[in-house]
Amino acid sequence: MDFAGAYSAENLRFLADGLYVTLIVAGASIVLSFLIGCIVGVIRYTRLPVLSPIMLVGVELIRNLPLLLIIFFMRFALPEVGIKLGLVAATITGLTIFEAAMIAEIVRGGLASIDKGQIEAARSSGLSAMQTLWHIVLPQGLRRMVPPLVSQFISLLKDTSLAVVISLPELMHHAGIVIGHGYTYTIPILLLVAVIYFSVNFVLSVISRRLETRHA
Amino acid sequence: MDFTILTDYFDVYLEGFRGTVLSSLLALIGSFVLGALIAVFRIAPVRPLRWFGTGYVEFIRNIPLLLVVYMFYYGPSALGLPLDGFTAGTIGLAVYTSSFIAEAIRAGILAIPKGQTEAARSSGLSYAQTMIHIILPQAIKLVIPPLGNQFINLIKNSSVLTIVAGLDLMYFADIVNADTYRTFDTYIFVALFYLALTLPLSYGVRVWERRLERKY
Repeated sequence: MDFAGAYSAENLRFLADGLYVTLIVAGASIVLSFLIGCIVGVIRYTRLPVLSPIMLVGVELIRNLPLLLIIFFMRFALPEVGIKLGLVAATITGLTIFEAAMIAEIVRGGLASIDKGQIEAARSSGLSAMQTLWHIVLPQGLRRMVPPLVSQFISLLKDTSLAVVISLPELMHHAGIVIGHGYTYTIPILLLVAVIYFSVNFVLSVISRRLETRHA
Repeated sequence: MDFTILTDYFDVYLEGFRGTVLSSLLALIGSFVLGALIAVFRIAPVRPLRWFGTGYVEFIRNIPLLLVVYMFYYGPSALGLPLDGFTAGTIGLAVYTSSFIAEAIRAGILAIPKGQTEAARSSGLSYAQTMIHIILPQAIKLVIPPLGNQFINLIKNSSVLTIVAGLDLMYFADIVNADTYRTFDTYIFVALFYLALTLPLSYGVRVWERRLERKY
């Protein structure tokens, strides 16, 4: 085990470059999948004809497939039908599709957990269906969704590592390259990468706990 | 859609399918045993055991599955005891999933009202007897849906085996792809193989959840 060699300035900078890509890809995918997931989740909740059943089938299919397969597909299969995506775009698209399906279920579940009596009360007080959704159901539902949403975001951040399958230069890919330089680096690098992922996710879960106590 | 790919390479797909099923099943058994142990640690009346259990769960849950797999793939080979991709991948899957299963089992045990433990203990049963005869048989019913969900995750997650040449569905799909140059069709069929496993399981989990909801 060669800790000094493994943690050379050059290697550390190389891993930092990887972490940067991981964070950018994760950040973009979190924002996109949250937006799309919310829209799909609300549509599933409102049971719109035609649209809602289509979303149900889409969400179920995507949730039951491996994310690795989806990312791979975005990069290598789509060009055959004329859609060429770069490394970063393919990863963000794959992650967003998969995580949006997960988030849609969280949103739908959160909204469905609001007591029916509240909706009846709002409607009989003269609020429209849209107003009821916006002022009564969403604010309460969102609060309940915070913990599962944050754990989904943590999953997303971890799942960016699956993009090694298309050689996205993110943290795990760079770690693999450094490990390839010599077996004495293996254990120090694996330890360091574990500490990096753990720290980032730990910060996320601390933020989530703060949010929970503030809204409780 | 070129179905001749499916018929011509059915044996190759089947070989991968077997690898995926075998790895997922072995990892399920391993992660259940490990997860149950960690869950018991986490609620044990001995403080160091609780610390160990909590540390294990928090650490593993916050690092990517691929990193855990790398630890069992590159780690042993750096120490001079190389493991093949299938073995390392399956152990990695089991260790990673055990942290989630431990949490599910712990939640199941805590969901059983305290009065039952108190009643059992005051009837003269020991702590271990109370656990084995009173608490665990009831908890297991509550734990089945989350366990089912973890099994679905295991099947999807087993796709990381391909990254360490672990002889799973994604790995064998690569062979088909290299032969046919028809990436789109090749991987649509891969998706169908995964769905054949995960969709029935998802349905089963949902049915069981509904049964529980009606009971409680």
